[in-house]
Amino acid sequence: MKVLTLNFLTCAVKTCKASSDSFPLHPKDAELVSDDVELNPQLLVNLLPRIDWNALRTTSTELGFPQLPEQPPTPEELQADEKLLKDLHTLLMETQMNEGKLVCGHCSHEYAVREGIANFLLPSHLV
Amino acid sequence: MRDYLIRFSQSHETFRLPEIQALALIEGIDMKVISYSLDSPFCIVNLPSEAAARRLIQRSILAMSIHELWGSGADLSAVHAAVHESTTHLWPQYLSCSFKFTIDSYQGSRAADDKVRIINSFAYLGFAGPIVMRRPDEEFILFEDWEFNSTPLGIPDPKHYYFGRYLATGARDLPKKLDLKKRRYISTTSMDAELALVTANIALAAPGKIMYDPFVGTGSFPIACAQFGAVAFGSDIDGRSIRGDEKKRTLRGNFQQYGLLAGLGGMFTADLTNSPIRRAGLRYDGDGVKGRLFDGIVCDPPYGVREGLRVLGVRDPEKSPWVIPKGKEMYKDPDFIPPRKPYGFLAMLDDILHFSAQTLVDNGRLSFWMPTANDEQQEVPVPTHPYLEVVAVCTQVFNKWSRRLITYRRIPDAEVDQEAMKAREEMKPVGKTVDELNPFRKAYFNGFEPVGGTADDDAP
Repeated sequence: MKVLTLNFLTCAVKTCKASSDSFPLHPKDAELVSDDVELNPQLLVNLLPRIDWNALRTTSTELGFPQLPEQPPTPEELQADEKLLKDLHTLLMETQMNEGKLVCGHCSHEYAVREGIANFLLPSHLV
Repeated sequence: MRDYLIRFSQSHETFRLPEIQALALIEGIDMKVISYSLDSPFCIVNLPSEAAARRLIQRSILAMSIHELWGSGADLSAVHAAVHESTTHLWPQYLSCSFKFTIDSYQGSRAADDKVRIINSFAYLGFAGPIVMRRPDEEFILFEDWEFNSTPLGIPDPKHYYFGRYLATGARDLPKKLDLKKRRYISTTSMDAELALVTANIALAAPGKIMYDPFVGTGSFPIACAQFGAVAFGSDIDGRSIRGDEKKRTLRGNFQQYGLLAGLGGMFTADLTNSPIRRAGLRYDGDGVKGRLFDGIVCDPPYGVREGLRVLGVRDPEKSPWVIPKGKEMYKDPDFIPPRKPYGFLAMLDDILHFSAQTLVDNGRLSFWMPTANDEQQEVPVPTHPYLEVVAVCTQVFNKWSRRLITYRRIPDAEVDQEAMKAREEMKPVGKTVDELNPFRKAYFNGFEPVGGTADDDAP
């Protein structure tokens, strides 16, 4: 599961949606692998407004990547900054969480990630 | 601006125009449809340039080719007159190039000497270059549109002619590349390659775009989207369909087979009614992008016929009170499978619409497949949502039922009818058994008997 995907996912429990602690989910015992993907600047620029930057900074730090700048770049800045493009590409598109757990900061529910596929199905008492 | 002729394939007729219109949108081409009919494979469009014509068709699945239209008419003399009138200035460009002249008869045929006679009637064009049958510099084609069944009926002439210079072919080879018969990993309900690609086109999948399929199965739609350069996400309530055999036959393996791994976003196990996808509540003053994740959503939700339509939850908590406490005890076990309950097909469609309204960027598209009975009385109406505008309804007809590809556009918040939204909040469908929840399934298993006929209304 790509780090990009982590930025799209929150806790599936309905009562957690209102809490800011439920996003982003926190990786636990994460086993990371890296895929070789061709850099696609157009994709990254298109993604930029959809990324929750604060959440991405949190995830990036939790996974042991260097600290991202406090403010997101503008699309123009991103297009002009080859290093930032490369770094974001590596983080968002190439880095995969293969095994581990994603933990909700609000209800502490743990979602298992197995072979890169996270399982967000909930037991009946949480539906 | 001038007229171009599109030669469509005469199949999936209702999908052809929405597809080519979507492609014009993707390529940013100003296209006007001059003439089009479901009964004919010939369509005349007005386009800004030859380059635009080539771009328009390059990824079309249902258009076979595009031609610079030199003239058309109900008989040959009308064609000659039109060619004289509008293209004499073009003739000198083709005086010395190698060329080929062919006749393409739709629903009809000509004897060989007849063809030669017709081709020779164009001699005034004055082309003096060599005639080359393989890879000529230019190809000129006279299209004939014959009446259906014209040969046995002995009809002597076609009803219409089109004459033009060949420019480019569509992507008719792509369905072969993604053919299900050669795909390593498929399931009983995998969408066939041709219609999956058409769906991706109509949903505006393109380089740099983010697409999502909430009923991903073995990945037919994400693969089609990735083929057009998009990055596709997907989820399914049954994680086994994504994992496959965890070796060669997996969803990821399919992307690998086609060399499309760069277009594989994220795949996860989830239920649409309890989706982990981040989204904000609907509002009337959003900026069109912020907080929304997808450019397009494509899916073929389970109809509840070949596969059950289920969501998380317990069907009847009073009859089986032990299920919830047992789940509470067991859910941390890695092999625990959460209970599911039957869910309404219409409720599911409604959930898809609402989810799409929340997650699509402005002008992003939702394209989903839904079945309906052919009998008008039992037809399932096109679902609506105040934030979504119906763009196209395409139909694939089977014997007693059809499936439709319905496409919506996410309209900007400011254009939403707030009254309609309030009215919507007050209605919620209810029901418990599979049949109550799914009128299509009920009609299907009753053999689409007319309403009030022999159909058993109390079927469980």
